[in-house]
This record gives sequence, structure tokens and C-alpha cells, in this order.
Amino acid sequence: MKATCWHGKQKVRVDDVPEPSILNSRDAIVRVTSTAICGSDLHLYNGFVPGVKSGDIMGHEFMGEVVEVGKDIANLSIGDRVVVPFPIACGNCTPCVNGFSSLCENSNPNAWMAEKMWGHSPCGIFGYSHLLGGYAGGQAEYVRVPFADVGPLKVPEGMTDDQALFLTDVFPTGYMGAELCDIKPGDTVAVWGAGPVGQFAIVSAYLLGAERVIAIDRIPFRLRIARDRAGAETLNYEEVDVLEALREMTAGRGPDACIDAVGMEAHGHGAQYAYDRTKQAMRMQTDRPTALRQAILACRNGGTISVMGVYGGFIDKFPMGAVVNRSLTIRAGQCHVHRYMQPLLQHIQNGDVDPTFIITHKLPLDQAPSAYDTFLHKEDDCLKVVLQT
Amino acid sequence: MEMKGAAHQSQRGKEPAYGLASALGWFSIGLGVAQITMPGRLARLVGVNDRSTTRLIMRMMGVREITSGIGLLTGRPAPWLWSRVGGDALDLSLLGSAMASGAGNLARTGSAVAAVAGVGAADVYAAVRAQRVNGQPQGWRDVRRSVTIRRPVEVVFSRARDLENLPSFMEHLESVVTTDERHSYWRVSAPGGTSVEWTAEIVLERPNEEIAWRSAPGSDIEHEGRILFSPAPADRGTEVRVELRYRAPAGSLGVIVARLFGEEPDQQVRDDLRAMKQVLETGETVRSDASLGGRFLQRPGQPPTH
Repeated sequence: MKATCWHGKQKVRVDDVPEPSILNSRDAIVRVTSTAICGSDLHLYNGFVPGVKSGDIMGHEFMGEVVEVGKDIANLSIGDRVVVPFPIACGNCTPCVNGFSSLCENSNPNAWMAEKMWGHSPCGIFGYSHLLGGYAGGQAEYVRVPFADVGPLKVPEGMTDDQALFLTDVFPTGYMGAELCDIKPGDTVAVWGAGPVGQFAIVSAYLLGAERVIAIDRIPFRLRIARDRAGAETLNYEEVDVLEALREMTAGRGPDACIDAVGMEAHGHGAQYAYDRTKQAMRMQTDRPTALRQAILACRNGGTISVMGVYGGFIDKFPMGAVVNRSLTIRAGQCHVHRYMQPLLQHIQNGDVDPTFIITHKLPLDQAPSAYDTFLHKEDDCLKVVLQT
Repeated sequence: MEMKGAAHQSQRGKEPAYGLASALGWFSIGLGVAQITMPGRLARLVGVNDRSTTRLIMRMMGVREITSGIGLLTGRPAPWLWSRVGGDALDLSLLGSAMASGAGNLARTGSAVAAVAGVGAADVYAAVRAQRVNGQPQGWRDVRRSVTIRRPVEVVFSRARDLENLPSFMEHLESVVTTDERHSYWRVSAPGGTSVEWTAEIVLERPNEEIAWRSAPGSDIEHEGRILFSPAPADRGTEVRVELRYRAPAGSLGVIVARLFGEEPDQQVRDDLRAMKQVLETGETVRSDASLGGRFLQRPGQPPTH
């Protein structure tokens, strides 16, 4: 079968690889109909994530048709159309039972690796390095889905792939980002990053009752989409001083909550950015927290910073003094997609949200390599690439 | 067998051998500093001619002394003490050749030889004592691992007690055969595709609370241990704690090799406890494309050929 495989820094290739088969009795095999490239895939693409091996199949946002089920699967039949959440969750461990699927204690066979790096291991994730299980990813024709009685959600009749696909990752991630902000009436929420997750964070913040949502980015077309399609006010950080502007817009208070939808490959300016890039190149700092630092400084006293951007390792020059002295709350996590899928499906069906607004490119799976490049460089007004098999 | 958490760890610092090792450590550091800063004075003190080569040698000895001194102040002085003994032998031979050359102050050199011999004796005594910790010969290694499993204590206990079925989900166990209520014969994988075998005897069993065992004489690996079961707080299931100690075959080198192969008992116990958790919570041990070959033989993250 065809699959997009990692072969080094900024090198992916569509290879011909064996098709998956049932390995555990709660597996299902899904024939992929649509799959997307995620901003976090770019961290793998750019070589920032350790534990990736040549030949690893990429991708964790996918949906399709069930073609085979393991002997202990009763909830799915061959032919069912399903959308599959990116965290792999067993459904039986304490975190799974309590709704924290990205903390599943049983789905990472390489838990020992993640423990060394992070203290404990989170769940396994499709196509996201050996650190998180070494599972084959979804940018392929077929995928083996473990714990298929827990993850896959059946797509209702009449809903297109485009409408359902983003339930795998970006819509729930943006939503959780907004939910972690504990939005109260009258709140102003600032979102760093107008990529797909940022766009859904904006939409979700309004759904959750925010009074104002401000999007911060430097790419004009993304800011335009944030304005025109998601309804945010926008700031281009290459044109204005963001901290000043946020202070002005909130009459001196600062935003009540800040969402970091940027993560470890943040772009910035000046000496601080040069410092971050140098340290990163020297492997003395693995991640660049430009957006996170700014969010902390901007946030009003007592406010919440919600971190949905992906970080892998360690950051430097963290404004801990600001956090402690100003009673800031930082909440973070890999999205617990499972608990959001059904409610967000409702929002889509009710017409509250049309998730297709973020799709700018649709290409056949064969063109994955150039798609990655376009997405990385944000060429051609690229916001979200959907690959189809 | 007593292993009670923190108390066990803090015993080591109180051994008399460690007090002497510390004293020797500080002595070494002091001497080393003197040798580096005042090589000429020390040379004259031990009755050796003060020349530039002597000073160079003295400074090098000083560096060696400081290094040993620091090593002695760590929690594991045994190898450093033996290296001090080696250093003393070197010093004695240098002083001896100084005396034999006839140059310099024989009386002072003679005194220096006596002093080094005295310190050397202290070093040998301390090194031999440090080999024994808590009255046990060194070479025993402890393993302590625990896991929380979201099932009731009775379920977890009975699965753990079902020894013959453990290999079905514990990768490192090749086979377990019970011969009677208390005795069982185990074969476990070891580095390089080999295996180790032993007979285990259950010496204590408190249902749903504890199983304690020890290996029978003549086993490939000498070990003893226990596994404890207790309810986790607030319905989180069962806390399982494994405490065991084993005498490493082939000493420390064997342990390092085992670790490289992922077959060190500490890693094995951790992996096996995780496997037990997966089986009891989800029904099977979870598999991924990359990890099909085991811990260190990660395949690419793509399906295997059929």
C-alpha cells in the first residue's frame, strides 16, 4: 500500500509498504479516505522530535471505512464509516475512565522511553515517533486502529469527509484550548497562532461565551481567515507591539485568558529569538517558547494561559517570576479528543460550526512530499492540507 | 529479610568503613592541594631533591590525590579505596627508588616511606571493609518496582499467583513449571539469547497480601524477594510492589551488559509489571509496529511484511 514515510529532516516520501493486519483482538483495520497534515507533523518533518526512524509512517488525522475487525470488536461492522481520534486509548485505565484519553496508561508500548524523557508516559499516538509508541500513522491507504471499541466514532449519514475529518484532532484541540480557559461572561481571550488549531480555538472561545477573541499571527491570509471566517479581532505581530496592543484593547487589564496555539517552533524577532535559535541549534534548548513567553506577560493578573501548542523537551528563560507573582494558571495537555468528539459532532450537525473553512488544499496522497513543503512554508495561502487516497 | 524503604538506604552511610573512607578522602584532597601548590616544599619534606621533574611528578600526584579524594567522598568508596592502594604502591616505589639513588635526605625519605606505608595499610583495611555492606558481601543488587492496576486485589493476586501462566504475558519469562504448592522451576531470558534457570520456593504466602520467595541452592542466579498487594486509595485499584534482591552473576560488568540488552532484572520487572497491568486492564499486552521486535530492536513504524 502507499504510505507517507519519514526519511530524515524535511524528507518524506510516499513508499510502497506492507498493509496492516490485526495484531490485538480489539483492533480494526480502516481504509483511509481522507487524512490531513497537522502542524505538529511539521515538528517531526523538521527533525525536532527524537525517536523517529526512517520508514515511520506519518499522520494522525485520518478517517475512512472499516475493512476488518478483531475478534473482540462488537461495536463496528465492516463498511462502517468512522473518524478516528489521534490519541490511542484503552478505555479501561483510570485516566481513560475519567475522560483523560491522552493520558492512557496502556497504549504506549514504548512507555519506558517516554518515562525517561518526561517522568511518566502519556498515551500512544498514531504516527508520532517511537517515544509515543511507534504506531504506523494515517497518511496511508490503510491503518491498524488499536482499541477500536474506544476510539473510532461513526460518521452520520450525509456528513462529508471534509466536515468530519477535523474531529480527529484540530477541532477538539482548539476547543479544549478554549475550555481550559474557564471562560466567563465578558472575557477577552487572546489566541497566539492562527493556524488550524488557533482558528478552532477562536471559534470555540465564542461558543463558550467569550466576549472578545483576539488572534495573533504574522501571516496576512491567516489573519484574514481568523477575521472573516472565525470572527476574531486580529493583531499582526510584525506590524504592532502585541503586548502594547493587548493592553490598549483591554483598557489596561490584559486578556483574561491566553491560548498558545503555536508551540515549540515559534517564530519571533530580535535578540530573544536569536538567543532561542542559537540555543536550539546547540541542542541546549530543545523548544522555542516565544509565543508562550509573550502570552504569560500579556495575560491579566490571575488569568489563565492554556497551552495546546506542542512542546517536546525543555525551554529556556521561562518567566516563572511573572507566573508566581501574578497568580497565573497554566493549563496544558495533548487533547483528550475522545470526550469532545460527540459534543463537537453535535455542533457541526447543528450548523454552529462549519469546520471546512480551514481547508485550503486538497491533494492526492501521492503528492504528500510537496504538500508538506507547501504547508511548512505557508505558500500559496496554505492553511490546512487534506490528502485523499 | 528486611527491606523497609528509606531505612534500608540510609544504613550504608553509618558503616565504620565509610567513616574511614571519608577521612581518607579529606586527607587525599588536602595532600593533593599541597602537592599542587607547594611541590618544592613537599619534595624537600620527604627528602627528595627539589628539581623541575620532581615538581612535575609531585603535581601529577597531586591531581591523582584530589581525584581519589573526591571519589572517596561519594557514596561508593570501594573502587576508589583500591585505587588509593594502587597509588600508595606507586608512591612507595618512587620513594624507594629515591632512597636507592642515594641522593637527597635519606632520613626524611625513610620517614616518608613509613608514613606512606601506614596510610597504605589504612587504605587496604578500608577497601576490604567497604566490600562488605550491611554485613553482606557486595554484589547483591536491589530491585524495587511498583505499579497500580485498576482491578480488585483478589483479581490481581490470583493472576500473579498463577505462576505457570505468567509467561503468557511476561515477555522475559520463557517458562514456569510448578512442582508442588511451594516450588517452581523458572527459565528467564538473558542477554545474547541465553537464559537463566532456577528453582524458587515460596517461603511466605498471605492471600491477597504478600508472596515471598527465595531461590533454591544451585540456581543460576541467587535471589529472594517478595511481592506485596494492597488496595490503592479511593478505588484506584490495587497497588502492587515488587522488592527483590539478586546476586549479579559476573558482577557489575554483567549488570551493565544486561542493561544494554534490556534484560537487567530492574528493567525486566518494570516491563513485566506493565504487562500485567495491560493484561488485567485491557485483556492483552498492547503492540505497535515499531515495538514488535522488543525494547531495543525498534522497527520502523510501519506494518511488518506478512
